[in-house]
Amino acid sequence: MTRLTESHPEGLERGHERAEARRGFLHALPAYLYLVVFFALPLVIVFVFSFASRSRTGKPVLADWNLESYQRLFEPVVAQIILRSLWLAVLNTVLCLLIGYPFAYWLATRRSAARRAVLLVLVLIPFWSNFLVRTYAWRVLLGEHGFVTEVGRALGLWDKLLFTQPAVFLGLLYGYLPFMVLPLYAALERMDWSLVEAARDLYASGLTAFRRVTLPLSKPGIIAGSILVFVPSLGAYVTPDILGGAKTTLIGNYVVRQFGAARNWPFGAALSFVILVAMLVATIVYFRTEARTL
Amino acid sequence: MVRGRRLLLVAAVVAIVAAACGGGGSELQAKADACKVDEVDGDLSLYNWSEYIDPELVEKFKATYGVEVTETFFESNESMLAQVEAGGAVYDLVVPSDYMVDIMRQEGLLVKLNREAIPNLANLDPKFTNLPFDPGNEYSAPYLWGTTGIGFSYDVVDDAADLTWGLIFDPELSAPFAGKISLLDDEREVFAAALKYLGYSVNSKDEKELQEATELLKAAKDRVATFTSDSFEDLLVAGEVVIAHGWNGDFFSAFDEADAWEELGYGIPKEGGVAWVDNMAIPTTAEHVCTAQTFINFILDPENGAQLAEWNYYASPNAKANELIDPEMLSDPAVYPPPEVFEKLEFLEDLGDFATKYADAFTEVKS
Repeated sequence: MTRLTESHPEGLERGHERAEARRGFLHALPAYLYLVVFFALPLVIVFVFSFASRSRTGKPVLADWNLESYQRLFEPVVAQIILRSLWLAVLNTVLCLLIGYPFAYWLATRRSAARRAVLLVLVLIPFWSNFLVRTYAWRVLLGEHGFVTEVGRALGLWDKLLFTQPAVFLGLLYGYLPFMVLPLYAALERMDWSLVEAARDLYASGLTAFRRVTLPLSKPGIIAGSILVFVPSLGAYVTPDILGGAKTTLIGNYVVRQFGAARNWPFGAALSFVILVAMLVATIVYFRTEARTL
Repeated sequence: MVRGRRLLLVAAVVAIVAAACGGGGSELQAKADACKVDEVDGDLSLYNWSEYIDPELVEKFKATYGVEVTETFFESNESMLAQVEAGGAVYDLVVPSDYMVDIMRQEGLLVKLNREAIPNLANLDPKFTNLPFDPGNEYSAPYLWGTTGIGFSYDVVDDAADLTWGLIFDPELSAPFAGKISLLDDEREVFAAALKYLGYSVNSKDEKELQEATELLKAAKDRVATFTSDSFEDLLVAGEVVIAHGWNGDFFSAFDEADAWEELGYGIPKEGGVAWVDNMAIPTTAEHVCTAQTFINFILDPENGAQLAEWNYYASPNAKANELIDPEMLSDPAVYPPPEVFEKLEFLEDLGDFATKYADAFTEVKS
């Protein structure tokens, strides 16, 4: 008897939940469609082409399916290119974090909201012009008679940086710093600062309060910023080409070459697919483990 | 009876679909073969390199034949090929370089020219007809031609006649310009320079020769500032480099713009270099094949051909046009190399499967 009376509202509840879930699915439908059409479908196409073969003139042929493109991934030159790109991406992420964190911290701790808004707009202003145009502007700044070169020579600290490794790092740092600053700012700005005050009240030093309170609370910002910087840095090819002189091959250039001059779509597809999957797995694993510690 | 009629309908639909899908290429070919001289069958969609035609010539064509001309531009042969392969967009005429004509021809992406509709083909200099990338010019007609050589500053080289690839590859000769040298970001062109320096053919299919060139390039890389195919002329004008590997016409328009003819020059190294020729061809994406052939005939007209060449200072493959070109331009060895230099030039040929060896070697140089 009691079971019956109890089961009735439960059934209602379940029906309600189901309706909610259905509504949720309908709300998310555009997002699902977007993911399928612009992410899953292209990925499937890339996957299919990676097993295709190449005609004598370089045309991708959807026949004679083979694993040759994947076998080529094990050539030492590919490993060398991947390692070089990883190193560049890691270093750029660390540099962005080291410079972006204090900057975001300073930005988030300004009292006046209007001032914060103005400073934030200043961070975004570079995005108003095209990335390629800005990179070419750096070429002038770092060139033979550029401002940066003149300053370096006057100080006796550095000479022309254009077409050197430091120029590549400078360009990447410049390009991706806002992607680090913005999520860090968002995390720091909505942080409950009274927690830091509480820590100080309990005799934590400034450094300890930062290490034990601020840093853990801003972790989501650090993770989001690092991924936003790391992923595009890994595939960067415009900056290394224009500022570095295209003297060393990176993953980005290597993939572009396969679809352009080298006319080897299957190999280019295999390369892109493997990189994408590796990034996806790394990100998921990272989020899973981090979510547990948060 | 009813059933029979329905079957007939299905058969008709199948036949129409089959005709629309399968028979497109040969139908277009038949259309092209039926075109007459000066016939136009609609507006022209021209897919060309940027800054490669005098706008006045386009206006003249529009006025003469009463058609519109839509111009779209490509940055590289490969990007043009990708567009044509993808289909979808209509291009009545494209301007691929030599080796790309070969690729497009072999992939069945080009319509054969109807020689009767293009009588001005007879004006062409025999040196530029019947080249290996398109024997008998069945699919293409040369548009303009040029050379790959060295652009330089007179601060470091006194006379174009002294040019040698050694300025890039000889450790002693090139030492003074270390960090001030640019090379094209193009495997075939870069290897062509190295192979010429070593005294080999730019179309070498010999692994040992390729290996030798690879070693040479690896050693020279430390002295190279940048590999670039789209800004070598600007870098030379800006003084970032003093020795630049590149295409003659790009240098000339940059020298002209910066008014730098006194300070900068161009020439072909004494070992020889690469000659290239861009060509007009009708892709299978074309709709108005008669207008396209009329346009080819229009460009091959002596007067128009001369105007085309003079506008951007590239050499014309049109013998009749050359009779009308400014004698000063004709005698400029940087534009029209004298016969003894021309003899040492080679066209890049499609190497088939061996091409991947060049791609791999270039990756090795850049690692």
